[in-house]
Amino acid sequence: MAKTPVSFTLNGSPRAAFADPGQNLLEFLRRDVGDLSPKFGCGQGTCGACTVTVDGETHLACLVLAQTVEGRDVGTASGLARGAQLDPLQEAFMDHFAAQCGYCTAGMLISARALLDRNPRPTRDEVVEAISGNLCRCTGYEPIIAAILSVAEGRARA
Amino acid sequence: MTVHRGRGFAAINYPIGMNLGGDPSQALVHSNPDGKFTVALSAIDLGQGMKSVTRQIAAETLGVPIEDVYVDTADSDTGPHDMGSFASRGTHRMGNAVIRASEEARQVMLEAAAEELEVDAGDLVTDGRGNIHVKGAPSRTITTMAAAQAAQFRQGRTIAGRGIFLIPLSEVDPETGEMSPVTTFAHAAMLVTVEVDDETGEVTVTDMQSAYEVGRALNPKLVEQQLRGGAWMGMSHAAWETTEPYYPSRDHGPEDFNTYLMPGPGDLAPHHISILERPAEDGPYGGKGPGEMCANPVLPAVVNAVYDAVGVRIDELPVTPEKVLRGLQAQGGARPRQAL
Amino acid sequence: MRDMTSDGPMVEFRKDLFADERDDNLNEVGKPTRRQDILGHVTGRSPFFDDHLFDGLLHLRCARSPHHHARIRRIDTSAAERMPGVVRVLTGRDVPVNLNTLLSLLDFGLDDEPILSENKTAYRGEPVAAVIAETEAQARAAAAAVQVDWEVLPHVLDVEEAIKPGAPAVLEIYPENKFVYHGKYDHQKLRYGDVDRALAEADHVVEGRYQMSPIEQAPIETCGAIAAPEQNDRYVCYTSTQALFFSLGTAAKVLSMPSSRLHFIGGTVGGGFGGKVDSVHEPLAILGAMLTGRPVKYAWDRAEEMQVGAPRGAERWYITDGVMADGRIVARKFTGYFDAGAYTRLSSYAIIKGVGHLPGPYTIPNVHADVYCVYTNRTPATAMRGFGITGVDFAIEAHMDKVAETVGLNPVELRILNAYRDGDMKAHRRLAKNCALIECAQVVAEKAGVTLSPQMKAASSLRDGGGARAELPRHTATDQEGRVEGFTATSYARKGGGDSPPTTAPPPRPASPPPAASRPSPPAPSQPAPSASARPEPAPEQATKKPARSGAMRFSSLSGFRRR
Repeated sequence: MAKTPVSFTLNGSPRAAFADPGQNLLEFLRRDVGDLSPKFGCGQGTCGACTVTVDGETHLACLVLAQTVEGRDVGTASGLARGAQLDPLQEAFMDHFAAQCGYCTAGMLISARALLDRNPRPTRDEVVEAISGNLCRCTGYEPIIAAILSVAEGRARA
Repeated sequence: MTVHRGRGFAAINYPIGMNLGGDPSQALVHSNPDGKFTVALSAIDLGQGMKSVTRQIAAETLGVPIEDVYVDTADSDTGPHDMGSFASRGTHRMGNAVIRASEEARQVMLEAAAEELEVDAGDLVTDGRGNIHVKGAPSRTITTMAAAQAAQFRQGRTIAGRGIFLIPLSEVDPETGEMSPVTTFAHAAMLVTVEVDDETGEVTVTDMQSAYEVGRALNPKLVEQQLRGGAWMGMSHAAWETTEPYYPSRDHGPEDFNTYLMPGPGDLAPHHISILERPAEDGPYGGKGPGEMCANPVLPAVVNAVYDAVGVRIDELPVTPEKVLRGLQAQGGARPRQAL
Repeated sequence: MRDMTSDGPMVEFRKDLFADERDDNLNEVGKPTRRQDILGHVTGRSPFFDDHLFDGLLHLRCARSPHHHARIRRIDTSAAERMPGVVRVLTGRDVPVNLNTLLSLLDFGLDDEPILSENKTAYRGEPVAAVIAETEAQARAAAAAVQVDWEVLPHVLDVEEAIKPGAPAVLEIYPENKFVYHGKYDHQKLRYGDVDRALAEADHVVEGRYQMSPIEQAPIETCGAIAAPEQNDRYVCYTSTQALFFSLGTAAKVLSMPSSRLHFIGGTVGGGFGGKVDSVHEPLAILGAMLTGRPVKYAWDRAEEMQVGAPRGAERWYITDGVMADGRIVARKFTGYFDAGAYTRLSSYAIIKGVGHLPGPYTIPNVHADVYCVYTNRTPATAMRGFGITGVDFAIEAHMDKVAETVGLNPVELRILNAYRDGDMKAHRRLAKNCALIECAQVVAEKAGVTLSPQMKAASSLRDGGGARAELPRHTATDQEGRVEGFTATSYARKGGGDSPPTTAPPPRPASPPPAASRPSPPAPSQPAPSASARPEPAPEQATKKPARSGAMRFSSLSGFRRR
């Protein structure tokens, strides 16, 4: 079957690439577009390592058909920083030692960013709820929760 | 339905490194002409912080700022031999190799500085901020960058060092098991509080109080990462995880994260950690390896706490609701002990 | 109830303890410096093995046995080869050295595990063929099209069933489904003092049976490797390995290739926890690149990671303690069974490590252990965080609770009473030093509000050890139980002569535990062939009949020169 051109916006920049029929967004982003920040952890929508946003809503890229992002706005961890200016969440993850192996971090940051965008002052329980689809095997989650809460309680996003 | 509270305790020690076959690690350290150092290793950073802790050890030993050191690992074309990141050996073995390599490089750096300052290298000290000066005479000083430039372009010296740390093979006596298993041990104690629901059999860890002895916390935040994450894994092992729920039967083996269970961010217990530091005589700056032992005391502490709460001994992990309910049924209901 | 602040729960450093053994005024060590790799992690730029893109990347997937134990009558790959996108199908015949054991790099154990099985499979999920195709989906479909004519064999899954007479032979090269230690016994012994006599004289005898579950390491990044032809007739391999030179050495051996032709790159790994030591991906990925001339990726999906990837092995422990009325433990006896699964991998070594750990952090004058590495028809076990220790620590510390209840002691006080202290002799016959168990127990008791007696509060790892507690037992009871014939004692488990055991076995030697002074000195690191000289002398009758080891000297990138 023929490949299909897909035009979309990635982290604010227009992009276009060819997708195989049935190809998922995770593989499309990584292999065909070259954004390696979403990670493969399960391919079944259970680990959250491939979390991205599509039109501002979080999705698991391994469960999204690449062709469905035609004309839409995709966000990944590569786009969290504005140039050299890191997102406050990225700073907070660094300050709180909220990553060890770093494999879940990109997806975790996307889930956290989406939470703060819709709810700038979440409670601890709301933070827990927001990242409950993102598995981490290293940290025991506590530093991640602390990092997100520190941004929520502190500065608004610049 | 009643929720019963119980407390359980456990204490453990943990051997650092492996002894089989000999246990070597190597490190190479060299300076650029501007006094910035590269540490080349074949160690693996799988989240435990290998790159970071060796960077700190190198900076400490070289006497330069942390920003002036970068750890490059693991490329077999440039990194020298290392056994690998397992058996809590990384910090201890590789840390020592990095110290030795850094000492050798530091010596050349001091000799280069001494030639520029026209003093004896033995009279020089580093301030850890990028300067080398004469002991007791801080005004007679040269930057590490100037010393490195002089070494490269004027003196023809190589500011570099090689290091190896080897724990030799320990033979094991077939008759008695006599051996030298390792050179040092880390320690831990853990008291957990659980709540056991006698209707559903569910066990919830509600509090963890721990003490971990780690030799020296080379980076206290990296140590905390290991202890907090490792204790979470211990809790997960105790009450959640298995690849064969009805071992030794192979049936019902989980194949995804919907069926392989681990506690999520909503299932955490507050964990109050105390860190003790009794330096190991052969550890890098006394450090041991906290990464593996952190999980171990949690497993027995949880089963002991379940017994304390309802009088059911679970001697087969994990502590599933089914096992708790079967135990309660066999003894005709909860028999709280409250011994702790 | 949570008392956590936004900075997380409490962490305290007890700098007051052991303060005079430490210099706390270091420049960089002891500082909470940010991780070197953290910026890469939060920006998604850290280069994991799968973050290296190759044009024309091929995908490798294995066809696997659906049976616990089965003979392979025939493998037919012709249908798979005709499937869309398939470039090549590999079977065992394509693997240059299709038999390996990981610790052969340390000269420990016999090669026992095929890379791709040709004759029989011993666990469900064992690979028999590897399909290389243009896409992952095509490789998956073609792997399902590999036809195998199976003869299903009886299987055994329980460790104690597996060592009974007449049990199915999981692994034929070791007798009765048990690894052979030192060429001599079917288990590793620990003998210290006279446990049976001490048990007879104890006020209480406390018994227990403990079962540790098999556990998945569950790194969020699954195991894998990408190999590609590099310039100058070399191969580059990006890998998630936890042990770069283990994997490189294994690939060099399996592919019969000098290590100089292999370029391994890794070091940034998405969690491991012990599950990324086994080096099963690198050799096949490189072989695929060699035979196709293209880059090849071999990575597990999550289901393979969970059930084909080697877990933390199950362990079963029996403990019998002799305890005096005041709580002193005077005897401790272990029988342990490590469930290695179908192949050795690293289980044999974990037992050595575990035996060196017994009887836990306590000074007990009489200790006895028999620990078996048992083969069963399940996924081979391997390392996981706490390997060799976690399972037996669970058993010991659950058992300590039973002992405390039996003698009516507070569980914390029981530990402090029996804790090892500086200068105590340990069961593996080395003096304890640098102890801190008592202090850890005291700190926790204080924090948790557990009341300790004044003596227990005052106890210290630095005091009251050594002296009589430093003495070796006057008598140690030894035995010849579990003697195995046909293996030489020159290595931990190396067979004499060729590939099959000699038909005439040497007579057993009487037990004569060597004194400590006869232990060999460590090998000199600068000499290329130290490992043979560092081992005990072979039994004389064997040395005269045949060389202790046969085969040419071979270089191992891990442990130096050794004989094959």
